[in-house]
Amino acid sequence: MSQVRRLHGFLCLLSLFCILYLPGASPAQAQSQPQPSVYAITHAKIFTLAGPPIEDGTLVIRDGKIGAVGSSVNVPAGAQVIDAKGLQVYPGLFDAVTQMGLSEIGAVSATVDTTEAGSYNPDVVAATAISPSSEHIPVTRASGITEVLAVPGGGGGRGGDPGILGGQASAIHLAGWTIDEMLIKKSVAMVLNFPEIQTQTFDFTTFSRREKPYAEAKQEYDRQINELTDWMDRARHYAQAMEKGSVSKYDRDVKLEALAPVIRGELPVLVFANRARDIRNAVEFCDKQKLKMILAGGEETYKVKDLLRSKDIPVILRPMLSLPLDEDDPYDRLLSQPAELAAAGVKFAIASFDNSFARRLGQQAANAVAYGLPYDQGLRAVTVNPAQILGLGSQIGTLEQGKIANVIVTNGDPLELTTDVKYLFIRGQLASLENKHHRLYEKYLNRPKTSN
Amino acid sequence: MTVSHGTIEHGSVLIKDGKITEVGQSIKAPAGAQVIDASGQFVIPGIIDCHSHIAAEAINEGSVSVSSMVSMEEVLNPDDIDIYRDLAGGVTAANILHGSANSIGGQTLVIKLRWGQPASKLPFEGALPGIKFALGENPKRSNFSVPGQPRRYPATRMGVEETIRNAFSQARDYKKTWDDYNKRVAAGEKNLIPPRRDLKLEPLVEVLEGKRYVHSHCYREDEILMLLRVAKEFGFKVRTFQHVLEGYKVADEIAAAGVGGSTFSDWWAYKVEAYDAIPYNAALMTRRGVVVSINSDDAEEATHLNQEAAKSMKYGGLSHDEALKMVTLNPAIQLGIDKRVGTIDVGKDADLTIYNHDPLSAYAVVQKTLIDGRVYFDREKDLANRAEMEKEKKALTEKLKKAEKKPEEKKPPEKKPEERPKPPASSATPTAAAAAPGGAQ
Repeated sequence: MSQVRRLHGFLCLLSLFCILYLPGASPAQAQSQPQPSVYAITHAKIFTLAGPPIEDGTLVIRDGKIGAVGSSVNVPAGAQVIDAKGLQVYPGLFDAVTQMGLSEIGAVSATVDTTEAGSYNPDVVAATAISPSSEHIPVTRASGITEVLAVPGGGGGRGGDPGILGGQASAIHLAGWTIDEMLIKKSVAMVLNFPEIQTQTFDFTTFSRREKPYAEAKQEYDRQINELTDWMDRARHYAQAMEKGSVSKYDRDVKLEALAPVIRGELPVLVFANRARDIRNAVEFCDKQKLKMILAGGEETYKVKDLLRSKDIPVILRPMLSLPLDEDDPYDRLLSQPAELAAAGVKFAIASFDNSFARRLGQQAANAVAYGLPYDQGLRAVTVNPAQILGLGSQIGTLEQGKIANVIVTNGDPLELTTDVKYLFIRGQLASLENKHHRLYEKYLNRPKTSN
Repeated sequence: MTVSHGTIEHGSVLIKDGKITEVGQSIKAPAGAQVIDASGQFVIPGIIDCHSHIAAEAINEGSVSVSSMVSMEEVLNPDDIDIYRDLAGGVTAANILHGSANSIGGQTLVIKLRWGQPASKLPFEGALPGIKFALGENPKRSNFSVPGQPRRYPATRMGVEETIRNAFSQARDYKKTWDDYNKRVAAGEKNLIPPRRDLKLEPLVEVLEGKRYVHSHCYREDEILMLLRVAKEFGFKVRTFQHVLEGYKVADEIAAAGVGGSTFSDWWAYKVEAYDAIPYNAALMTRRGVVVSINSDDAEEATHLNQEAAKSMKYGGLSHDEALKMVTLNPAIQLGIDKRVGTIDVGKDADLTIYNHDPLSAYAVVQKTLIDGRVYFDREKDLANRAEMEKEKKALTEKLKKAEKKPEEKKPPEKKPEERPKPPASSATPTAAAAAPGGAQ
């Protein structure tokens, strides 16, 4: 039975509360009638990720937040009760690098707003361009992902020129009529695509590889680092001038202004780098500039794990279901890396770095578990860890009283391929699990049999 | 998990000379047999990838829209590390396809992933060769235009149809010329000049004669029906629709034409023609009677086809066995090799994959992969060999460093050029001369 039907059944139960469910309507429309503000999920196995799992527990959601959670919690009067016997409750999954809302169809540039022209765009903000009606949002949500980081400046994808300072990444809920309703935090991190010594480049228009002599590539790299350093120095001076009140409206520079919180160490830099050498260079750079660094990508983090741990730098890993960087790497190089990082005490999250494949987030984490990562660490890598790494840990990521109620109720392990999400709450509201894919499925499932 | 006759708990498979000779619960290993203890593990028929581009030095002859004269067999590269990586993902056979730049692309072949063997040992013996067709955005080069360069014909779906129709009109005439000639020779006529051979049309004549399978890349429902019409008109069969992401919309028509559907598990939205792609495609086509396989089209995706097949249980509710068939028996049927592989049955090739968990779980890891009864991948051995590999790599790197100090100009060692375009790996960390990971060899 499809999720659509299951949800339909559930919503019929809720008819008491006048929730209208229109098949084919947009997900948000299911929320157009006032929803109850108090829910109690009862008799569930609850994975709070803030303590051991609670068998036969109750989770109360009140006014968008977790009201209470435990094994002896009373169901408040007037609460909408969901009997979740045999089901499991988790914090919704958090995909820490996506281009959600910024890219609809990869090959059609008119639908892609990930990458601004020019190399230095610290003042552009993802939230500005996120399309709340992107079809990717309900598709991703149906897989149990309740919030994501929308990343500009290439979005962590490969190919094309993503620039160097790519703009500010925004954390969003995967439900809401407008970006204001969706926003968790508008400016979460500054994207820094760290310059690399590139001796090989790939030209997508001609589909060919180009080789550059090392000396030439190094020269280009040095030039970029000087340029980047210059930006940081100017931003530092600008921030000082701002503090002294000596920036007049005529001197205002919105790019430097956007970098001020970065310079002050308030806004972390999300540094995209994969090779150990690039990571080392980035760490050195951020150290020198006193920036708060989050590494993103990190395919060779295992080579610099001690450095990252000693500097307390967390990493958001690219999908482990990727081929190793080098021909002579072990075939499972990326699959076994999370286990290695966990053992070394490096804090990490796992992210999709994509939109279409965001729904493989749980699968990625499960594969890391298959190759040695303890299960609870796998689960944390797609829930609480991304929240903490992105500075949102006090608001979201675990099922603790007072946190935003982004909650999933599943019939099994949320990382496993065949598990279904039964109910999904975002900001304490029941969100539809219906999407474009369900609609097309239902439509063509019911196509009359043709005889030819 | 035999795929053909259910799952045998605590079962054994007896292999002799590369073939399965017994399958069951109470088999005694004959004296002298090499025993693989797979207690607590899961044995399935080796995974067959119906759409692969590994082991090839080149993929696309993209300069013309009918490139049927070129063949993947000519560019087989037995040293491609992706063969080993896919083997480690449980794949034992793969359909090596030409790219999709052309309405009618190059000749294709099925290989077994016999890592360590020369190119001549890779082809799947007796498997019918194929030819790649492509419809839609790729042959019309929608996403590949080079600014300042004229568009290549065809640039529309109309032109793609015309290109295929035109090629088969020529092929039909060419076949007739040869048939006439052969008839006259058979009738005893002397001093005849044979028609000139046309290497572009010959493979198409083989298609008309049913000696070569057509594997057609496609996305949209309309182009799927278009090719079925053209095939009917010229009297040839399409063997498989590849990708066929809108196959669910015309599943009855595909089933009626007896064409297989080889699709992705959950890819979508990377281009316009993939915007209506849904993960229910495999299940919907299956329910309407199409033989469906899940393929990779990608060396990495191929390493977890078992997981991709499992998604058809979640999306559309296929059974465990139906899901497993998507990457074993069904691709074998589509490639016409199901008498040899695809299930665990007596008489079939001993191509087997052994997992530590149910293969339709994201937690399953391949332990061993066998082809023709021989272990080509062994995870334990691979792990055990790594220290040695690391040592060898270090020694080679040192040697290179020393060799480089001699010339005045210091340069990092050149990386071996990649076999085909991949998104940039973005750096040039010096690597040692490629030393292949351990395993069978």
